Amino acid sequence: MNAHVNAAVQGCAEGAAREAAPNHVRRENGQREVFCGLTGIVWLHRKIQDAFFLVVGSRTCAHLIQSAAGVMIFAEPRFATAIMEEKDLAGLTDANDELDRIVAQLIARRPDIRLLFLVGSCPSEVIKLDLSRAALRLSQSFSPRVRILNYSGSGIETTFTQGEDACLASLVPGLPPFGTSEDQLLIVGSLADVVEDQFVRLFEELGIGPVRFLPPRNSMTLPGVGPNTKFLLAQPFLADTARALQERGATRLAAPFPLGVEGTTAWLRAAADAFGVSDARFVDVTRPYRVRASRALAHYRDQLAGRSIFLFPDSQLEIPLARFLSRELSMQLVEVGTPYLHREHLAEELKLLPNDVALTEGQDVDLQLDRCRAARPDLVVCGLGLANPLEAEGMTTKWSIELVFTPIQGFEQAADLAELFARPLARRAKLVA
Amino acid sequence: MQLTVWTYEGPPHVGAMRVATGMQGLHYVLHAPQGDTYADLLFTMIERRDRRPPVTYTTFSARDLGGDTAELFKIAAQNAYDRFQPQAMIVGASCTGSLIQDDPGGLARALDLPIPVVTVDLPAYQRKENWGAAETFYQLVRTLAGSSGPESGNKRSKRPSGGRPRCNLLGPTALGFRHRDDVAEITGLLARLGIDVSVTAPMGAAPADLARLGDADFNVVLYPEIAGQAASWLQRNFGQPSSKVIPIGVSATREFIEEVAKLAGVDASSVLAASSTRLPWYSRSVDSTYLTGKRVFIFGDATHAVAAARIASDELGFKVVGLGTYSREFGREIREAAKLYGVEPLISDDYLEVEARVAELEPELVLGTQMERHIAKRLGIPCAVISAPVHVQDFPARYAPQMGFEGANVIFDTWVHPLMMGLEEHLLAMFKDDFEFKDGAVPSHLGAGHAAPVDQTRVAAAEPGAPAIVSDISVAWAADAEQELRKIPFFVRGKARRNTERFANENGVATITVETLYDAKAHYAR
Repeated sequence: MNAHVNAAVQGCAEGAAREAAPNHVRRENGQREVFCGLTGIVWLHRKIQDAFFLVVGSRTCAHLIQSAAGVMIFAEPRFATAIMEEKDLAGLTDANDELDRIVAQLIARRPDIRLLFLVGSCPSEVIKLDLSRAALRLSQSFSPRVRILNYSGSGIETTFTQGEDACLASLVPGLPPFGTSEDQLLIVGSLADVVEDQFVRLFEELGIGPVRFLPPRNSMTLPGVGPNTKFLLAQPFLADTARALQERGATRLAAPFPLGVEGTTAWLRAAADAFGVSDARFVDVTRPYRVRASRALAHYRDQLAGRSIFLFPDSQLEIPLARFLSRELSMQLVEVGTPYLHREHLAEELKLLPNDVALTEGQDVDLQLDRCRAARPDLVVCGLGLANPLEAEGMTTKWSIELVFTPIQGFEQAADLAELFARPLARRAKLVA
Repeated sequence: MQLTVWTYEGPPHVGAMRVATGMQGLHYVLHAPQGDTYADLLFTMIERRDRRPPVTYTTFSARDLGGDTAELFKIAAQNAYDRFQPQAMIVGASCTGSLIQDDPGGLARALDLPIPVVTVDLPAYQRKENWGAAETFYQLVRTLAGSSGPESGNKRSKRPSGGRPRCNLLGPTALGFRHRDDVAEITGLLARLGIDVSVTAPMGAAPADLARLGDADFNVVLYPEIAGQAASWLQRNFGQPSSKVIPIGVSATREFIEEVAKLAGVDASSVLAASSTRLPWYSRSVDSTYLTGKRVFIFGDATHAVAAARIASDELGFKVVGLGTYSREFGREIREAAKLYGVEPLISDDYLEVEARVAELEPELVLGTQMERHIAKRLGIPCAVISAPVHVQDFPARYAPQMGFEGANVIFDTWVHPLMMGLEEHLLAMFKDDFEFKDGAVPSHLGAGHAAPVDQTRVAAAEPGAPAIVSDISVAWAADAEQELRKIPFFVRGKARRNTERFANENGVATITVETLYDAKAHYAR
């Protein structure tokens, strides 16, 4: 009887959700097998090339980033952890003095750094170490050479990709005002450089511009923001960043996310509509790209159509991915888990999902594994902690972190994205031993 | 606060996980925030385990902090018991879990589970992974073996005559460096001596097996970092002596055989006579002449580093130029060993400090952890891995122990393979300007895929933040001397440059000529 008390409690919430929303959403609140927001540093430090990320945390934080990064290519990477020790916990004054000392040491060692993020962690938040005040205090000492910002990547506040949201939101108040009378398009969310460049060319062909990106590749070239800024989210996990931009007067263009041919087309279409691009021109410009991408996808549709897939919650990309998998590759969605469901930002996506799709928000990993085992899907999308154990049980898995670290957005990547799902199945079919 | 780029050890609760994951029938309930579950992938990915670690995390979040996190812990512990039905449970908190002071031990006791529940209190802001593993194993042994041992102060009853002597094998855990194969190798070696292994723990043992620890005549401690504390408790309470020699290397393995034979009261002479390993002969073989005096830098956990230094010096004829460890708890062992080789011990868990030392010493071979492998790669120095922290490559598909006679064979191959073959090294030195033997040429047997070594001084100069090999001497180099310097093989060039500059400085030479270069060479000839 004692088993899964928390699951029983959620039964009620589930019933309520069924009435309020078109899609049935199961809400779970047990053990979550997900990364915390610090993990975003792994790709953010590669994206913003003059930024340094200093986690104020524990040895666990340092170990997490190191393990998540998986490799140690960079001898002295642009991230580090100020590991708190017993004496830092005893008195906050000391902790602040220690932080000042470490930041001074770091800036002296790395004169190439122009932007320093103090990144809050679970322990720094539990002891209520105020990093925003620390950032303000340190900015005064190091300005104008180094700008110092702060955000939280802690597990108690953020799940995996929400770390990027918190990081980008911290940049927004410092963005210069955008004051001209013409409209500007801002693309929000980290994209691979190659994807950004493809979008820049597409927007140019459509006659949409100027186009800027957040985050920028360099902190010295921050985009402006103002009432004439219209922004498109390139990632589905940017709730706080979007709110901060809206507070600066910018307008969000509602759209599905640029995954797959359909998603990319609709995403571009939202910008085209907002910038007064004619229907004819939009169709003319995008047709060759759509045709090419569809042709590339066809090959994988043959392999994936009709196969069942179960997505564990990870990056919040799950719902756009599920839409792509079900509509463009004809896969059967068994369950789609997401750590959080932002109904407003995902409204355009939810409309495109099958009505009876099983959506789960949050997680109780043991219960979810039970459901997954019972369903025996053809493919399971899950984190690295679950993948090998499920493979050993005879299931085929696709590890989800690759979907965050790989360029998957846009027309040219649609087939690459499909291939990520086809490969584990193809591999399993190949291996005889 | 301590500024940390890369860490050698995880937090102490990861050490507890290594014990729990290595064992059977044990479950760990950890009061930890969302995100701490990352540790699962160390086991499922690095070690390629086919099961999730037996760990339940409470994964509390900010909104739980306002509510009842203690209740959350109790629900998690109860659910874990109901679902996994373990023989015993360990409970504790990660670094953040410990700050909210919910007392996992007390909460678990309140559940009144029908199994032993062991509380492991790990000071996350003072200690690290190996300490956490040792403490967890010690607490488990105390609780689970204690009840079946003799009353404190009583002597152990003697083994009935005629039975084979029995020992426990202590220390191997999940995610250990070659623990899997070391256990197999040493178990086989002991069997040849006529000694049975009663319990191997933590790896492979269930809580019920820990209760049988007292049955053995003595303990073999394979990894003192993990089993030292438990073994000395067993010695004090059960009167079980433990082995001290770590059987890594040929000489150490032979000493180990003598030591355990004495502890077991068996005759080792036939096993010693029959045991064979290729290392001594390969090392005497004339093709190994080029290994003589190779300058080697050694860094790792203390046990493996000390063992490696002995093999390097006595069994391969290398010269140990640096020796260190990241485990401060074992600083004494490293300092003592460093004295034997006349080197300055390096006891530090600061990766950048280790890198600076390697750059400064310019060794010809680095024996270290995965971290030193990266340092060596950057500096263009051959490297072999001898110790945790581990990487997926440290779990080879083949049998590859470090311990025992087969371990010595593995070590010979692993350490010698990255080096330039003897004749090739000479040819490279003689025909340096040959179009195929240019700078950056790699040993031909390693193929083109290996990273080309680069001039160390140039690496240091080119990368900001890298530990530069700074010389405070300002002497000029004549163009022809600079040209001549470039003819010296890249792997000793940095050293030649520094020695020449020091020589010039000490002799008041303002401009270094070709003559100065060779004067300095003669001066520093070894």
